[in-house]
Amino acid sequence: MSSRDQILNNIRNQIVASVDHPGLAGEWIRYDDRVEHYATVLAAVGGTAHVVDSAEQILAELNQVPAFAAAKKVVSLCGEVAGNVDFAQIDDPHKLEDVDFAILPAQFAVAENGAVWVDDADVKHRVIYFIPQHLSFIVPAPQDAADAIVDNMHQAYERLSFGQPRFGTFVSGPSKTADIEQSLVIGAHGARSLNVFFLRQ
Amino acid sequence: MKTAQHPEQAAEFVANDARAHWHDQALWFVREKRDRMAVSLPEWEQLRDTASQIKLHTVSRMADYLEEFERNATKLGAVVHWAKDAQEHNEIVLSLLKKIDAKRIVKSKSMLTEECHLNPFLEEQGIEVVDTDLGERIVQLRKEAPSHIVLPAIHIKKEEVSETFHEHLQTEAGNNDPNYLTEAARNHLREKFVAADAGITGVNFAIAETGGLVVCTNEGNADLGVSLPKLHIACMGIEKLVPKAADLSVFLRLLARSATGQPITTYSSHFHGPRPGGELHIILVDNGRSNLMGSSQFRNSLKCIRCGACMNTCPVYRRSGGHSYGTTVPGPIGSILAPSRDSKQHKSLPFACTLCGSCTDVCPVKIDLHHELLEWRGEIRKRGQLPISKTLPMKFTSWMMQSPWLFGVVGAIGRWCLRHFPRWAIYHGLNPWGKQREMPESPKQSFRELYQIHESKKASDE
Ligand code: SF4
Repeated sequence: MSSRDQILNNIRNQIVASVDHPGLAGEWIRYDDRVEHYATVLAAVGGTAHVVDSAEQILAELNQVPAFAAAKKVVSLCGEVAGNVDFAQIDDPHKLEDVDFAILPAQFAVAENGAVWVDDADVKHRVIYFIPQHLSFIVPAPQDAADAIVDNMHQAYERLSFGQPRFGTFVSGPSKTADIEQSLVIGAHGARSLNVFFLRQ
Repeated sequence: MKTAQHPEQAAEFVANDARAHWHDQALWFVREKRDRMAVSLPEWEQLRDTASQIKLHTVSRMADYLEEFERNATKLGAVVHWAKDAQEHNEIVLSLLKKIDAKRIVKSKSMLTEECHLNPFLEEQGIEVVDTDLGERIVQLRKEAPSHIVLPAIHIKKEEVSETFHEHLQTEAGNNDPNYLTEAARNHLREKFVAADAGITGVNFAIAETGGLVVCTNEGNADLGVSLPKLHIACMGIEKLVPKAADLSVFLRLLARSATGQPITTYSSHFHGPRPGGELHIILVDNGRSNLMGSSQFRNSLKCIRCGACMNTCPVYRRSGGHSYGTTVPGPIGSILAPSRDSKQHKSLPFACTLCGSCTDVCPVKIDLHHELLEWRGEIRKRGQLPISKTLPMKFTSWMMQSPWLFGVVGAIGRWCLRHFPRWAIYHGLNPWGKQREMPESPKQSFRELYQIHESKKASDE
């Protein structure tokens, strides 16, 4: 008998009382001001949120970020800001090793934990979310920034579907570690800084 | 083979009083962060209830969900393997690596691969395995085991990290700044990521409905490790399943808040199928888990999401250190899991517990940890594995307590001895209670005598 069948048989031979799935309905937390709450939580996890109305404003804010001004290799997958790497032409993700700054689109944000959701549907190398020294996300917001922010993770999953081969991740703040005596250090392996722009259109 | 038991190993740890206190404080700090996060959500208790129910439901239909997961993961292009035990798991990993002649592997945190002792197994075959989580890398360079499932290097001081890095990564001697040391590790590990032939990760959750996996890290090491090389091997215990993607909302809200007091981990990555041109292999490992399912007492422990909260709060863990348990998973949950594998070897662990119940209070999936620990004590007695130092006093006490007269006499002798014996006659090897604490002050009268005096006084007053 294969290990698969042995394991499944062994499980089926156990007497386990049936338990129903509890369902996911609940009075889950909501915030009066999602934008403000999001910005507070993101700041607490080491990132910065901005609400902007135009590409120029994004650029103006980015120019305030020292790492952006100093960046030599910039990947941008957002029309609002120009990069200097032709991402589509890159065949091997290893070639992204020395990217200093990346500006990437995100789909929506979550107020309760400061995260944004991103996936690789239109992104050839998913490593671009992890390998750049610094990272910015632009989240399209139809009218108000609050439209791009859900209150909690239950609402977040209502917006997601997973039918096909794909990678997606919630990113909440820059990469961090506290493995040395519980001292928080930003920039463990991934991004050393994270800016999130809500672009009102 | 005589295996060292918890009290002996803990004695080594507490011998260094300052370090034991420092360790205690470091974990309590994490526990307090968890508390602040828990109270920030009014629905906390409902989340715990829901999580517990979802896990119990999943366990009750485990075989169906595993098959559903396999079907859906395969549809997405992943390859699913099944391993009965650690040996089979390690061999599957090795054969996958051999196929592409992989020599350099990067691995993110996975308690399962620790449980299976994968690293030494691969190293024997001439394969380099680099643990990429900073804490795990520290303990790996020091040739130690992690002492905590979430904070693997919580027992190590920054001066020691500095020495280790000086030796292996050529950092400045005596520079103990965590920023400096982390930066050194970042540069060192970048080289390893870029050179890796394959990436191995653990799994936090697997979704039956979609065939996807979720891996949570703060550092981004799991993601970096599997998005550069073409081969991703994901190793998971069968209990990591959840039925639906939407169920993750509950677990991701609980996991990081309980573990480190963060609202969520920095990265919560959802892998559905391999990346274009790559391969994703998922190994489902039993290694004793299905046997636990049948036990109504201990089935609950399969709900565990490995957040580590029970360790952070446990007064015994905090003061005895993770290594004193001698197991991959230490602390309260480890003291339940280990004896279910080998109760003889790990018989002392259920007794490394004050039954204070704090673990049960913090557990995000509501495992009744301290009840299970108590159950295990009974089980170990039933199996005849108690040491004589526990059985003999219990026999004597039981005999003594059956006679009120005897009980009174022994009590009086005891009280008298405590008052009149010199210290050396009370505090010695036969009295472990007196090791680090004072015996209670002995009253002149027993409760019974006081009660009689009180009653006769009352009668004479009337
Ligand atoms: S038993 Fe509960 S508290 Fe302990 S690690 Fe598992 S989930 Fe966390």
